[in-house]
Amino acid sequence: MEILRIGCAAGFSGDRTDAAIGVVDALVAAGGSSFLIFETLAERTLALAQLARRKDPDGGYEPLLVDMLRPVLARCLRHGIRIVSNFGAANPTGAARRIRALALELGLPPPVIAVIHGDDVSGPGHRAALKAALSSSLEERSIVSANAYIGAEAVSQALAAGAQIVVGGRLADPSLTVGPAMAHFGWRADDWDRLGRATMVGHLLECGAQVSGGYYADPGLKDVAGMARLGYPIAEIADDGTAIITKPAGSGGRVDAHTVKEQLLYEIHDPSAYLTPDVVADIGEAQAEELAADRVRLVGVCGHRRPDALKVNVCFESGWQAEGEISYAGPRADARARLAADTIRERMADAGLLRIDLIGSCSVFGDDDGHLLAATSARASSDVRMRVALRHNDRDDAQRLEREVLALYCCGPAGGGGVRTSLRPTLGTRSCLLPRELVPTRFELLA
Amino acid sequence: MTTLTVPLWRIAHGRSGDKGNRSNISVIAWEPAFYPLLVDQVDEAAVLRLFAFRRPTAVTRYLLPKLAAMNFVIDDVLDGGVNDSLNLDSHGKSLSFLLLDLRVQVPTELAPLLRGPDASTTSMETTR
Repeated sequence: MEILRIGCAAGFSGDRTDAAIGVVDALVAAGGSSFLIFETLAERTLALAQLARRKDPDGGYEPLLVDMLRPVLARCLRHGIRIVSNFGAANPTGAARRIRALALELGLPPPVIAVIHGDDVSGPGHRAALKAALSSSLEERSIVSANAYIGAEAVSQALAAGAQIVVGGRLADPSLTVGPAMAHFGWRADDWDRLGRATMVGHLLECGAQVSGGYYADPGLKDVAGMARLGYPIAEIADDGTAIITKPAGSGGRVDAHTVKEQLLYEIHDPSAYLTPDVVADIGEAQAEELAADRVRLVGVCGHRRPDALKVNVCFESGWQAEGEISYAGPRADARARLAADTIRERMADAGLLRIDLIGSCSVFGDDDGHLLAATSARASSDVRMRVALRHNDRDDAQRLEREVLALYCCGPAGGGGVRTSLRPTLGTRSCLLPRELVPTRFELLA
Repeated sequence: MTTLTVPLWRIAHGRSGDKGNRSNISVIAWEPAFYPLLVDQVDEAAVLRLFAFRRPTAVTRYLLPKLAAMNFVIDDVLDGGVNDSLNLDSHGKSLSFLLLDLRVQVPTELAPLLRGPDASTTSMETTR
């Protein structure tokens, strides 16, 4: 059976919008069967999309949808490169309509677009099951989104029905790769070893440049050339599900055994049981073989029967987060920043948990309760930015923090400059499991 | 045996990922010869001590000898996770570098295999 090539042009919502160009060039040059995937959903992205859809019923899909597709849509359609993505987010049908409109704008014949349904379980039909599955007591009115991670079967069926573009919402990230592989090779939905292998190939692809050297870079130790023109990854998948990971010739970045291992273990818990809607993938015996420059083969992966339940992420309104920052530099900068922090703490003693960071001395390693900061001696850091953050259910109470940080301008300590403050609504997340039979999925061709 | 004390990043690299309030950090040997040192010295207790100030509730280590790698799963270490933490780095993206600065002992005969600049980060000790 012919090799299948799958290129990934986005690893998250907000990825580089010119990434697809080099990938499509390479897929066209290689010829044969190929797909382009975009992975654009994360734990909070879908909730933000749901809020966007509340404001605009035609919105709620990936905000950069058109920017991502415009540079490559014509070439993909001309060369038979099919596109699979979860960039439909909270409104896959809306995204599909926008893609059809883009094709018309570009003077292209209307493509066959399939929409995947079934991931959205926020409606009344699932409410009782969700309440039972969530151990914590969530207020119903605060729920913004509830989406099940759904698998590759409906994607595969849509492709078999002739779809050139498949648009989903909360399709699991690796399913964007498993679906095309199932359709291309004709794999059964219970061929656990092949699905397990394709799942881990999808896992390597799904974060874009995280496997092709970009996120690997650490100068002096892990040098990577061409960081401003990174090549996004391409997998060459064989009928047995093994694959070679590579990237477009001449692009920046690197693919070697070390970049592949880092991404293989990224966001993995038990390596012998990576749970997805399609399969339980097992990398306990996996190996990464360097074949040539920028070519690594993944072997040794197997799979086990898929889980009976699907993971559901529920997002809910969780109040307001306020932040304020102010900088101190020169002699005793750290001490002045700490005095500023203590001053804010005393004035907002009734406000609940305040998180304090001294950027330049102790910040992102620290914990919300300040244990590490307290244990960090006032170093000779001569450029420190004090940051304070809090979350509050009440907007006005949160906003008080902005005013208190601003007031440090005149109230001191000495030499504080560059105040910036922000206030934004926050979303919390809980996850639970729903029985698979409560979450049927299907595809629909856009009329 | 004479050993060198070096930061972990000279014998391994890694990456952190997040799911909810749980972080995972991979530790991947630069050379197969370093893998036994990782298994011996970078254990669950060492990682728990290193992250204790963030109040994790559990640390689990998974060994992957064919990749010369280990995977640590650290529970409840992200102050609630990406949507709940007040940390600027709510994903815990930076946490792999906290682990990679752990000090480890390396037999001197493996010194030629050490990665990175040979600077003040290395000190020699003789242990009996």
